[in-house]
Amino acid sequence: MTDTDWPLWEVFVRSRRGLSHTHAGSLHAPDAELALRNARDLYTRRGEGVSIWVVPSAAITASSPDEKDPFFAPSADKPYRHPTFYEIPEGVKHL
Amino acid sequence: MTATVATTAALALGDDALVLSHRLGEWVGHAPVLEEEVALANIALDLLGQARFLLSMVGDEDELAYLREERAFTNLQLVEQPNGDFAHTIARQLYFSTYQHLLYAQLAAAGGVFAPLAGKAVHEVAYHRDHAEQWTLRLGDGTDVSHERMRRACTALWRFTGELFQPVAGLDVDWAGLETAWLESVGDVLRRATLTLPEGPRSGAWSAGAGRQGLHTEPFGRMLAEMQHLHRSHPGASW
Repeated sequence: MTDTDWPLWEVFVRSRRGLSHTHAGSLHAPDAELALRNARDLYTRRGEGVSIWVVPSAAITASSPDEKDPFFAPSADKPYRHPTFYEIPEGVKHL
Repeated sequence: MTATVATTAALALGDDALVLSHRLGEWVGHAPVLEEEVALANIALDLLGQARFLLSMVGDEDELAYLREERAFTNLQLVEQPNGDFAHTIARQLYFSTYQHLLYAQLAAAGGVFAPLAGKAVHEVAYHRDHAEQWTLRLGDGTDVSHERMRRACTALWRFTGELFQPVAGLDVDWAGLETAWLESVGDVLRRATLTLPEGPRSGAWSAGAGRQGLHTEPFGRMLAEMQHLHRSHPGASW
């Protein structure tokens, strides 16, 4: 296998119009055009998607697991930040 | 089973799809990268679906696939050629997918018994053609090594391409127009890939191709032996 020769791409698939693109997984490809085609083969063969984005994994800046506490902890003890006091109408599926 | 004109044509198209499907399936477990293996397997499965439909028009699909002798297969000699290196597989795909796409588009437009299948399959085949074209561009216009290998592969398979345009009885197709469109399309892809149309003969002396008449090249017998071995050793085996 020559996996190391080809860059890694992150794949985002929009499953239906009106929804946002969701991270589906990653794959290797020599360039963006072939990454799109590989993504089509790997992630949308059974009609899962209407649109695909591919992004070079190297272009993604991620938060570090070490910074988990300062980044995410403060919001957990402030319940007023969470929209839990509303009744969600039954017809709303994708809030 | 009565050999009408329509069943002869269904057998020819079905055998093309079946044999190429098996050849592409041979890449599974051996492809250069996992992503490409999945792509080739998907194309193989599309072709297998077409083959099942077409062979079922003729008779029992399993009997036709597993119990016929080599001389009873009427596929093009192009599709039975061994995978070779990746460039050979892509050149074979480019030649055949372009042909099949143009052919199915005509069959879909013509109506008749093949229109339902052709109308559905033409979308699958459009993707096969795109896959082959994308790879031809990258290999031809890639490194010195990939360029040379792609050139060699296109040249090696060239003599099998004349047979593609031998009229098949029962198919309502403008064969001369099909050949013109094919030459134009393949020529254009090869030019963009910094390659040229090979110069060798495609018909007459030194060309190849009598697959439609049941004459096949040596590697086909070995391929059939592998494809039919299980069914012949254990008739009716299933899991």
